Amino acid sequence: MSFFSKLREAIVQKSEAVTQKFTDGLTKTRNLLVEKVEDLVRRYKKIDEDFFEELEEILITADVGVGTVMELIDELRGEVRRQKIENALDLQPILSEKLVALLKNEEADATSLQLEDGRLNVILFVGVNGVGKTTTIGKMAHMFKQQGKKVLLAAGDTFRAAAIEQLEVWGERVGVDVIKHQQGADPAAVIYDALQAAKSRGVDILLCDTAGRLQNKVNLMEELNKVYRVVQREVPGAPHEVLLVLDATTGQNALSQAKTFGQSAGVTGIVLTKLDGTAKGGIVIAIRNELKIPVKYVGLGERMDDLQPFDPEQFVHALFAGLIAEEAAETAKQQQE
Amino acid sequence: MAFESLASRLQGAFDKLRGRGKIDETAVNEAMREVRLALLEADVNFKVVKEFIARVKERAVGQEVLKSLTPGQMVIKIVNEELTALMGGDVAKIAVANRPPTVVMMVGLQGAGKTTSTGKLAKHLQKQNRKPLLVAADIYRPAAIKQLQVLGEQIKAPVFSLGDQVSPVEIARQAIEHAKENHLDYVLIDTAGRLHIDEALMEELRQVREVAKPDEILLVVDAMTGQDAVNVAESFNQQLELTGVVLTKLDGDTRGGAALSVKAVTGKPIKFAAMGEKLDALEPFHPDRMASRILGMGDVLSLIEKAQEAVDTEKAKQMERQMRQGEFTFDMFLDSMQQMRNLGPLEDILGMLPGMNKLKGNMKVDEKQIGRVEAIVKSMTKAERANPDLLNASRRKRIAAGSGTSIQEVNRFIKQFEDMKKMMKQFTGMTDKIKKKQKKGGLKMPGMNFPFNFKPPFK
Ligand SMILES: Nc1nc2c(ncn2[C@@H]2O[C@H](COP(=O)(O)OP(=O)(O)OP(=O)(O)O)[C@@H](O)[C@H]2O)c(=O)[nH]1
Ligand SMILES: Nc1nc2c(ncn2[C@@H]2O[C@H](COP(=O)(O)OP(=O)(O)OP(=O)(O)O)[C@@H](O)[C@H]2O)c(=O)[nH]1
Ligand SMILES: [Mg+2]
Ligand SMILES: [Mg+2]
Repeated sequence: MSFFSKLREAIVQKSEAVTQKFTDGLTKTRNLLVEKVEDLVRRYKKIDEDFFEELEEILITADVGVGTVMELIDELRGEVRRQKIENALDLQPILSEKLVALLKNEEADATSLQLEDGRLNVILFVGVNGVGKTTTIGKMAHMFKQQGKKVLLAAGDTFRAAAIEQLEVWGERVGVDVIKHQQGADPAAVIYDALQAAKSRGVDILLCDTAGRLQNKVNLMEELNKVYRVVQREVPGAPHEVLLVLDATTGQNALSQAKTFGQSAGVTGIVLTKLDGTAKGGIVIAIRNELKIPVKYVGLGERMDDLQPFDPEQFVHALFAGLIAEEAAETAKQQQE
Repeated sequence: MAFESLASRLQGAFDKLRGRGKIDETAVNEAMREVRLALLEADVNFKVVKEFIARVKERAVGQEVLKSLTPGQMVIKIVNEELTALMGGDVAKIAVANRPPTVVMMVGLQGAGKTTSTGKLAKHLQKQNRKPLLVAADIYRPAAIKQLQVLGEQIKAPVFSLGDQVSPVEIARQAIEHAKENHLDYVLIDTAGRLHIDEALMEELRQVREVAKPDEILLVVDAMTGQDAVNVAESFNQQLELTGVVLTKLDGDTRGGAALSVKAVTGKPIKFAAMGEKLDALEPFHPDRMASRILGMGDVLSLIEKAQEAVDTEKAKQMERQMRQGEFTFDMFLDSMQQMRNLGPLEDILGMLPGMNKLKGNMKVDEKQIGRVEAIVKSMTKAERANPDLLNASRRKRIAAGSGTSIQEVNRFIKQFEDMKKMMKQFTGMTDKIKKKQKKGGLKMPGMNFPFNFKPPFK
């Protein structure tokens, strides 16, 4: 069975249709990667320096990290030499397979949240300014509420103008309470109060907002670490998830964000937002490859149901939908003959 | 992903090329490969990179190499000049309408920093004795109006709002009326974040523009934006005809290649650089600094500016002469240490050096430790300072006692001094590296070799 048939099967077996929204959101990425790769392969019958250079550019344009791209290209060069490949068409499946390998999580369940029934689950949201932390909390609160969970929000951003009010609007929309202090209060104190409230109210899931901060601000990262320690101290085993919210339009700096927030706040997963716009899912490849932090959710808009669990296979499917369809048609043709 | 500075990466490629009188094509190609990578790592869009490289190549091939530079450094000089030129333009000049109020529209993607920048711009205008009106035309984002009101309160600027049930077009129209009636001379319209591909919301902006007839439409761009910056900027520019750009979040550690991309595809000047969350964190955009930031060469320019004020040129010249002869004494060490002190807090200086930003945290430059080193050197006799070979065990013991340090510390320092001395011999290249940053015939900074390679002697 060819690689793509296997992939297709894996997706079909999942029995859930690839959500239209997801596919739509990723159309741009797919167009970018797939069409360009196809175009490239078609134009370059022979593999030469120019071919590799252009391939490199295609991947870089999708915001796949420069390091990852260089590695990938090196590997491909190796394959070409080893297998004595001359025709660019013959290289295409190898290239696709390598990209898929970069995207797939090692453990199947790495994308699901580490939540358990019958205990207080605490999720901390961290990230740089304006990436979508507060909005994601609103969306996630909605999602859990729909699952019948008892949810509470903590307004841990006491710095940004009207950050508390913003979270309150989300609380109203979704119908969950928000624990808050005044603007300018100590974020660790807000989180402490929220933890106590969550315990006494028998809450299933507490979602903690934090102020956006750039990862090179040492004092702000220290402040975040303090919040983290308060959660650790007050609820054994918590935080159960620390989600780093990343803006999909971010370039190479996303790697530095993941690295530094990982150190200060023990990031366990990533939410990739704003994938509805320009959908440079490429950054995911770089993050998986270089940092091994799994992407758990993707944000696909500003409304409360614009949140989807990240499914690497769906992602790959969306990424390579064009290629897969083509191969399927070809196989069918071959069988007819 | 170690972002090695371009300067150091190029060093290898350039060493080979030393001594050629003209820049030939091989030299340029070799250099351009590295420049290209550096630009891509900085998130400059690949198409922009391609065009840029082509232009630099054309200019570089066949160029006479300035006497003081190696061919490689000459190439970098050209790259830097071209980058700076490309990003140049009207800096920080905000339009003034013939008949007030001047209307400014802030537009951009979600979370780019529009609302914050609106507040900053108002404060900037207030400092010039202008009376800005903040207009809350984001009726979508939760608490967007409140956010602008809080900012307005902080700077005591009036905020115009009609709540979130009136269309932004109507809000803009009434706001301008309000400004006229109240003799407010600037109207800053904060619009909701939107995707450039969101047709309905882009149409809304066109309608606001129709009504407000803005003198400025500023695209607010997050400096961390990746390759897609070109699509966003191009699209906003096509649909709205921008007049300028505000680049935000430059207080981060991103290389900020988006600056180049945006300028290249829109041709519109980057008017402001936003450097923090507070309302005074808005600065004029410096193309030259941005160029060296994108290239990963640190803010060498700022350092040179500072150095120009602080370094005792005569002493430095003498020191350079000695160093070139392979001479490096404790006295020279002390001198360069003092000169460095004059430059300001060490951490600031290190932060400006290529590749040092990362190190800064780990290095924890400790002024106290440096004081100890000074004490050690000062406890040496003149003869010892000039001739380190004299430093036998008993002399070292005396120095430790005299400086209030331990013999181990003295030993470690002397060992490190010897290492430095060895390195110094290979440093002639470093002087040239700095020279290439100097404007034609401009300042001379011999002797600055040392601080560029300074390592704190103690952990
Ligand atoms: N198109 C789109 N916009 C989004 C998405 N997620 C968030 N946003 C928008 O991005 C902007 C910033 O979102 P916030 O949730 O305020 O971001 P934040 O990380 O909490 O910001 P700070 O607290 O200021 O650091 C808002 O306008 C959101 O509506 C998404 O998935 N797609
Ligand atoms: N560090 C830093 N943060 C900034 C800067 N400019 C804005 N921010 C932060 O970025 C986040 C988003 O800023 P906003 O002004 O709300 O962005 P916006 O474009 O109005 O967002 P929407 O209205 O949701 O589209 C906030 O947390 C700001 O404090 C800057 O120059 N540096
Ligand atoms: Mg927030
Ligand atoms: Mg706003």
